Amino acid sequence: MTKLLQASMDGVAVGSLYALIALGYTMVYGILKFINFAHSDVFMLGAWFSFAICGFLGYTTADHPVYAALVALIGSMAMCGALGFTIERLAYRPLRGAPRINVLITAIGVSLLLENVGQLNSNKFLAEYGIKFPFGTRPTSVPLLLPDQPLLSFALDSAHPNTLVNVLPVDVLVIGVAFTLMALLQYLVFGTSLGRAMRAVSYDAKTASLMGIDVDRVVSITFVIGSALAAAAGFLYGQKLQSLRQSADGLWVLLGLKAFVAAVVGGVGNVRGAMAGGLMIGLVEQFGAAYLSTNLRDLYVFSLLIVVLLFKPEGLLGKAVVEKV
Amino acid sequence: MSLASYGKPASPAVVAVDALGPFAGVAVLVLLMHFVIGPAVGPYYAKILVDIAISIVLAVSLNVVNGFTGQFSIGHAAFMAVGGYTAAAITYFGTVKIWGGLPLVHADPQGWGLFVVGTVAGALVAGLFGLFVGLPSLRLRGDYLALVTLGFGEIVRVLLMQTGSIPDPKVIAEAPLYTLPLKLGGSLGFGGVPTYTNLFWAWLWAGLTLVIVYRLKASTHGRAFLSVREDEIAAEAMGIPTTSVKVRAFVLSAALAGIAGALFAHELGTTLNPKELGFQKSFEVVIMVVLGGMGSLSGAVLAAAVLTVLPEVLREFSEYRMIVYALILILVMLVRPQGLFGIHEVWELPVVRRLLGGRGPK
Amino acid sequence: MALLEVRDLHVHYGAVHALQGISLDVEEGQIVTLIGSNGAGKSTTLRAISGLVRPSSGSIKFAGRHLEGVKAHEIVRMGIAQSPEGRGVFANLTVDDNLEIGAYTRTDRAGVLSDKERVLDLFPRLRERLRQLSGTLSGGEQQMLAIARALLARPKLLLLDEPSLGLAPQIVQTIFAIIRDINKQGTTILLIEQNAHMALGAAHMGYVIEVGQIVLHDEARVLAASDEVRKAYLGVG
Repeated sequence: MTKLLQASMDGVAVGSLYALIALGYTMVYGILKFINFAHSDVFMLGAWFSFAICGFLGYTTADHPVYAALVALIGSMAMCGALGFTIERLAYRPLRGAPRINVLITAIGVSLLLENVGQLNSNKFLAEYGIKFPFGTRPTSVPLLLPDQPLLSFALDSAHPNTLVNVLPVDVLVIGVAFTLMALLQYLVFGTSLGRAMRAVSYDAKTASLMGIDVDRVVSITFVIGSALAAAAGFLYGQKLQSLRQSADGLWVLLGLKAFVAAVVGGVGNVRGAMAGGLMIGLVEQFGAAYLSTNLRDLYVFSLLIVVLLFKPEGLLGKAVVEKV
Repeated sequence: MSLASYGKPASPAVVAVDALGPFAGVAVLVLLMHFVIGPAVGPYYAKILVDIAISIVLAVSLNVVNGFTGQFSIGHAAFMAVGGYTAAAITYFGTVKIWGGLPLVHADPQGWGLFVVGTVAGALVAGLFGLFVGLPSLRLRGDYLALVTLGFGEIVRVLLMQTGSIPDPKVIAEAPLYTLPLKLGGSLGFGGVPTYTNLFWAWLWAGLTLVIVYRLKASTHGRAFLSVREDEIAAEAMGIPTTSVKVRAFVLSAALAGIAGALFAHELGTTLNPKELGFQKSFEVVIMVVLGGMGSLSGAVLAAAVLTVLPEVLREFSEYRMIVYALILILVMLVRPQGLFGIHEVWELPVVRRLLGGRGPK
Repeated sequence: MALLEVRDLHVHYGAVHALQGISLDVEEGQIVTLIGSNGAGKSTTLRAISGLVRPSSGSIKFAGRHLEGVKAHEIVRMGIAQSPEGRGVFANLTVDDNLEIGAYTRTDRAGVLSDKERVLDLFPRLRERLRQLSGTLSGGEQQMLAIARALLARPKLLLLDEPSLGLAPQIVQTIFAIIRDINKQGTTILLIEQNAHMALGAAHMGYVIEVGQIVLHDEARVLAASDEVRKAYLGVG
């Protein structure tokens, strides 16, 4: 029972991170119909930026102003938003109308670019300004912004009074921020004129332009929002797994890919589906890790992908789309 | 297409030249590589030439799926891994079982037979996996299929990571055969595989791959493949069994990638490691095919060569190497979106035809 | 000066010379129709006017301002709305959302709401289906929605691309009656049609396009009576 509760909580926490990343994938896919492989690197840079901000402002331990986490979060969301805007402008917009495989390759190129910029040892230059990058080839660990004493700690099983369920502040932060952001996005997409325009563009961009919608602007906004959400996920991920020594490498891309799997499982192009898919992937992964084997996490996720694609290719929340003849 | 197929029945001699000519060409190429170019350029460049040959096998084989049939596979490295591990298991365990405690790093000609058996077995097993992955293409198209191939690739990688460490030769000699496939080195990789791969074997398989795939492209089968790419529904209407065409393309492509994996596994200075054969490796091959132009064999060959050499050339830039590589990739896509040659072969390009003197083959 | 003036318009799709010097005028307050067979260049003309394709030469002037090179969404802001070929309703959006999208460029909320009422009075069928996904509507209802949606932009000029396409004769009658109503309420209309009989019946002026060129133009009732048009487009004689 203890294990079950712990696995559920971890699953929801990790799953909401996947959901945040998946939203960026699914929104871009919905509008431009390509897998933005660079999105996972934006996620990575989100973590990187937030730690850089911490280093710059001197938030290195848990003895920090109360708002430190918020500053790091919003700062990195803004920086990644700007990055997403730039990537779309420089690399993807010139390819509007080109075969999708080209856009895909370009996305892989952008991904490689960001990933390797992330691995640069630029510490020498920036260290003079007090900016420490925990990335690069020799990573250091992430500063802890929240106290690591559990907020709540209790034993469920009276027979094992020492196996406790721990609710850490960081779990509250992760789940709280992720759900707040998802609620905001839900409102934006389904409750505002901009959201309506986004849905119209994703259905038929040409007709949307005949309604007076500036499609390029909608695409830009989509990238900014998606990238900001990925940045939030990056920051939260770093806080959740502080013990992990971060380095900018394939690990992030793999996390990003799993988030894309979440988008597909939920029904690609579908905002609610991405949220549901993210949670589902998180739960499957954590339950698999808790009850089967921790080493096979990726296996559960990708097996779920294949099963879903084979039996319900439109995703769990997607609608069947008939290919036009 | 050759003259033999037009008008009156061709003489047996023409048919023979037509059928055997390419193989003779491969023989010449292989002998040239092994006995002339290899010794002339020294071991460093010889290794690069071997790498190029392996890249060619990978790029040309992926072209069968991505270029010819227009399906989109991004899990090619998994087939390479399957072929590589199969072949390595056969040569490594086989050597111990047959010759006992041979020094395993030596590539004795004695073991060549085993190497060929391993390579062919690698191709067969990879082809079988290709069948498994090709079957979903009955239902899926485009990006979804790409995701299945990607997911499959990751599953293969994770499973290989979970295998046990390689036992001592003494243990291997005693162990029953069926226990060995579970002991492939895990995340540390399959170390100590005999280094049979040299210019001879690498270019032999590269040459054969080229001949097979080129002949396929020019054949009725090949046109069926291309028709699936151009318009699947129209192809179906013309009576082409599109699903079986797609599955066959997957099987052939996977089997050839298995050969590339076998060559890679037995190369000096490489470690057969699941980490090396993840989606990054698959992306590399996709990039080769797209840069060369989807469906263009000569384009794939050229792109494979260039992209294998490029990181070596950029080595001077040390930590900026991959950044430059990525920038070049993005720029080529922006400036020449159809790839270097589009869907044409090098000799079909207007510039080259003019150089060759007017009316080339159409 | 006419509201819309098209002069010597050429459009190429790659090597295909789709429009070979089209000139036409749409006077304010009128219904002008452009009729012709499939592939003659009717839709291309509309696409050029709304900025979806870039003309290779020639000029398009709307209320005295040049439209060539202006982006499609800006042209909508200038006062031209289009009900596109094949209707193009956003099937993933509700009927109400579709109407709101039509009013995307407008900021006068009160005006939008009153226009929505007015449009729903024109198309009572849509009022019943306001909360329904528009993909579930019938073809005729979708056509109504496309026209209603374009009207919500409160355009000076309404472009209608084949509003009768694929609809049952009775619904075509209804739609054309509404088109005349809209015009009477003050909206200028450029109507593209294969159904020459209905189009010429509703329009003031008519143009006949063949293989990218205007071959005839006159008052609609004159065209309807002319031998060439009767033979080629009205199936008479």
